[in-house]
Amino acid sequence: MVVAALAQFDRLVKRALPAALSLLVVALSVVPVPIPEYAVLAPNFALMSVFYWTVHRPDLFPAWGVFLIGLFADALSGGLVGLNAFVLLLVQATIMAQHKVFRGKAFWLVWLAFVIVAFGAQLLAAVLGFAFRGGLPGWPIWLSQFALTIALYPALAALLGRMQRLFLGGS
Amino acid sequence: MKRPGPVLKLAAPMRVLAQRTAFLGLVGLAAGLMVLGKAEAPFIERGRMLVADAVVPLLDAAARPVHTANEFADNVRGLLAVHAENVRLREQNNMLMHWQQVARNLEAENRALRDTVRASTEASFTYVTARVVADAGGAFVRSVLIAAGARDGIAKGHTALSPDGLVGRVGEVGERSARVLLLTDLNSHVPVMIEGSRDRAIVDGDNSDLPRLVFLSSGARPQIGDRIVTSGHGGVFPPGLPVGVVVQNGEQGVRVKPYVDFHRLDYLRVVDYGTGGTLPMAAPPPQSRRGR
Repeated sequence: MVVAALAQFDRLVKRALPAALSLLVVALSVVPVPIPEYAVLAPNFALMSVFYWTVHRPDLFPAWGVFLIGLFADALSGGLVGLNAFVLLLVQATIMAQHKVFRGKAFWLVWLAFVIVAFGAQLLAAVLGFAFRGGLPGWPIWLSQFALTIALYPALAALLGRMQRLFLGGS
Repeated sequence: MKRPGPVLKLAAPMRVLAQRTAFLGLVGLAAGLMVLGKAEAPFIERGRMLVADAVVPLLDAAARPVHTANEFADNVRGLLAVHAENVRLREQNNMLMHWQQVARNLEAENRALRDTVRASTEASFTYVTARVVADAGGAFVRSVLIAAGARDGIAKGHTALSPDGLVGRVGEVGERSARVLLLTDLNSHVPVMIEGSRDRAIVDGDNSDLPRLVFLSSGARPQIGDRIVTSGHGGVFPPGLPVGVVVQNGEQGVRVKPYVDFHRLDYLRVVDYGTGGTLPMAAPPPQSRRGR
């Protein structure tokens, strides 16, 4: 009885891990740090986390999890509610459609795919932000944010990979 | 190998269909929320602050070590530059002693004049000091989240200050968190005046670090280096709060550099000047942690 309950709890924790870790990453990414322009140029951690888990464990990362993470990021940023949720859902659908391409590939190829996906996602976010809020970010800001996002992806992927091996086992 | 039965054969496509429908439903919901957000539906704001209220304890806990590290780094920098700082402070002290004397003379003169014309004393105000726990917004919004809300006496429209000057105003209030719209935000319009000439204008945020000075009164000629303070018009901010200094005056318009360094906001003082302003005010909050 106890063993069965523990096994069920274990399954539950495993199922919730990608979404829970993504929420934590998004929450911690808004903690103020004394770096000039950081809040403006802050890399898109929500995108990195959604990309990582959709590529590596799509079975544990349902669309509603992605939707919640997007809404959470929108609520914390004070920006347009629904924007991140919309963009991240499309990102997830894109990766799922090309899932066979990613499976078992070298890290640099996955990273290259992330560069393309991040470019599209950030472009879409800028267009939607302009359509609903008005005011486009200057291209240096847009480019710096994009560059930081792709530059930091390997570090976050390594961290999430370690978590994945620790809690979920396998690669 | 056993072949799947008819039920299982049917179950797989049904599951895929259900997943696709759910996905499209969520995409539609996200798009709907964006439209409602643009229309500024009140429940969107409430939902956003409910999330902020739920996360503030975590953000507050995470922000503490960052604040401590920040203070430590400041202390180390201070120790390294202690001699130069001492010389600078001595010079500043001499200058401030002079200004203290001037201020005392003016205060006495002001009191005497007020007595003469029987002017009422200025209204007192209340304030709450709150820690900045989230600084996010990306390229589209300039706002910070503070770890104090309606239960601490904060209401929409209250003024946020740092020791350097005006930070912005409270735009959204939760129970234990509030969002402060910075004066650099696209939606920030602060009625101001040029300190020397008292020419009126508006400091208009455009999400850049240097907001624009627009709607200058006719004949006004702002010079680089002019101090900009709030004018008190419109009723949102009281008059005389330091805003910034004119740093550009050319073809691209007049630009103001705020006195506040928005990248180093640790604590904010949220002040209720009782102006009320043009923003709708929340219900009177309970008394707690208030200063006077």
